[in-house]
Amino acid sequence: MRSPKISRKTAKYALWAFIFASALLFLLPTVLTIANSFMTSGEISANYGALFGKMTDDKKVFISENVNLKFIPDKVTFDQYKAVLITNSDYLMKFWNSVILTVPITVFQLAVAILTSYGFARYPGKIKSIIFFAYIILMIMPYQVTLVPNFLVADKFGILNTRAAVILPAVFSPFSIFLLTKVMKRIPISYVEAAKLDGAGELQILTKIYLPLCKSAIISVAMLVFIDYWNMVEQPLVLMNDQDYHPLSVFLSQINTGDIGLAFAVGTVYMVPTILMFLYGEDYLVEGIATSGGIKG
Amino acid sequence: MKRKQQCGKRRERIFSDICLIPSIIGVMIFFIVPFGIVIYYSMINNAIMKDFVGLENYSKLMENSAFLEAAKNTSIFSLTAVPLSVVLSMGLAMLLERNIPGKSIFRTFFLSPLMVPSASVVLVWQVLFHNHGTINQITEFFGGQGTDWMNSGKGQVVIVMMFLWKNLGYNMILFMSALCSIPKDIIEVADLEGAGRIWKFLHIKLRYLSPTILFVLILSLINSFKVFREVYLLTGDHPLAKLYMLQHFMNNTFNSFDYQKLSAAAVLFALVMIVIIAVLLIAENIFGKDVEN
Repeated sequence: MRSPKISRKTAKYALWAFIFASALLFLLPTVLTIANSFMTSGEISANYGALFGKMTDDKKVFISENVNLKFIPDKVTFDQYKAVLITNSDYLMKFWNSVILTVPITVFQLAVAILTSYGFARYPGKIKSIIFFAYIILMIMPYQVTLVPNFLVADKFGILNTRAAVILPAVFSPFSIFLLTKVMKRIPISYVEAAKLDGAGELQILTKIYLPLCKSAIISVAMLVFIDYWNMVEQPLVLMNDQDYHPLSVFLSQINTGDIGLAFAVGTVYMVPTILMFLYGEDYLVEGIATSGGIKG
Repeated sequence: MKRKQQCGKRRERIFSDICLIPSIIGVMIFFIVPFGIVIYYSMINNAIMKDFVGLENYSKLMENSAFLEAAKNTSIFSLTAVPLSVVLSMGLAMLLERNIPGKSIFRTFFLSPLMVPSASVVLVWQVLFHNHGTINQITEFFGGQGTDWMNSGKGQVVIVMMFLWKNLGYNMILFMSALCSIPKDIIEVADLEGAGRIWKFLHIKLRYLSPTILFVLILSLINSFKVFREVYLLTGDHPLAKLYMLQHFMNNTFNSFDYQKLSAAAVLFALVMIVIIAVLLIAENIFGKDVEN
């Protein structure tokens, strides 16, 4: 007869090992990108040459046939970073393009969303729930559906090929409204009643009760919106012809043979803002996601 | 006295209505009105003649093999990836619910893909799934046969994995918080009455989790349409037939200026989405109320 105590203990260790292994797998692509950014360009060509090819006539010719995943570079070098950050100002320009697209989008989308969610949550009604339903439908539309309307509007207003063409529609994108309304609807009415007894007006109820109670949700939604637009590829490609306006994410999506050595370094540089945000804001993020869940109360 | 209160209430109501106005104006200008134009475009023959042709563009679309292939692939992808992400993230949440050492570090690890720009890590995915890439090397090392992931039907598996990698952490947090909010006394009573694990899961936990399940379903559905970006980054405009998604179709139609075809596709897509979301929301209402009582 096996001892139940021992088998339970082994099961526990096995479970822990399983969770540990899968957690590592989730972290792996990020770690690999960072580790590989310290390789010399020669090493990258040798290891990942098969990923990068030149189109000659109708066949793609690759630098080499091999793909070799490496965790630790043979020789640690900061050459790639030097090239990305100092030698060539192109990447920093594109990084800056990303910033001046993404930051206004995040700030203004959140501002609109806070007002709108308050409007939806404070006095719900039949008409409002119909509008809310329409917003959910809009939210779920992939960019490719909304891109055509966006393109038409930008063309009509004469803002095609400017940053406004990307920023303006994004500001009114309903994603954060969907999440914040859910959170705001769960604020107990008794809080509001108490504030009203103290003579608070509607604006004060919004700023003194709703905002502080939704703080972590707002921060977590802001992080999600930021990362979503930090990543965008399609919208700038369609709405801005001029490559000088393109964010780094578009460049990363088109990285080619000439820049192979820089690929991982650029990718890592591009991760820095989001990783910093994550390190400082993880608790908010978790709390914010948790409060946006489906369970009421 | 009573009248004054009602008066005050109306003023408050108006304030909350006013809050909606900026957003409604923006959504009108940037989404609704142009979408009306899209519907109009889907019913004319071309942008110059502007002859009304009714549903002709739609019937043409239904015969378009690229569209049908894309619609099929997208449905297959969503129907696999969305349920998988619900089940797996719920499972993960239940595993992490126990008090295991290092729980918060694991949580961070699972959540980290959310914070990494897909453009940054797409190279690593290419290395992993290349024909001579890491996964094939490992399989071959153990005597297995490698598969050409990106250039065969297996491509869909890769996309599903990327989707799960990106989204499991977020959904897991949602489930963890839902698990926390299950009243402890109910579980304790069930324990006292000698209920088994499976019984407890089916009759207690699943009931309390059902609103979260629906919420995760909606979110995963949205995110499943965002996976195009990863596919695009991995394979470009024209991937293999099996990876050709609706978004590729729309992107390419957009680039070839065939707005009539594109508009019809967009309207069809919107209609399907409206039906799906309506069903999910009605279900959420029914199940949500069930737990509240």
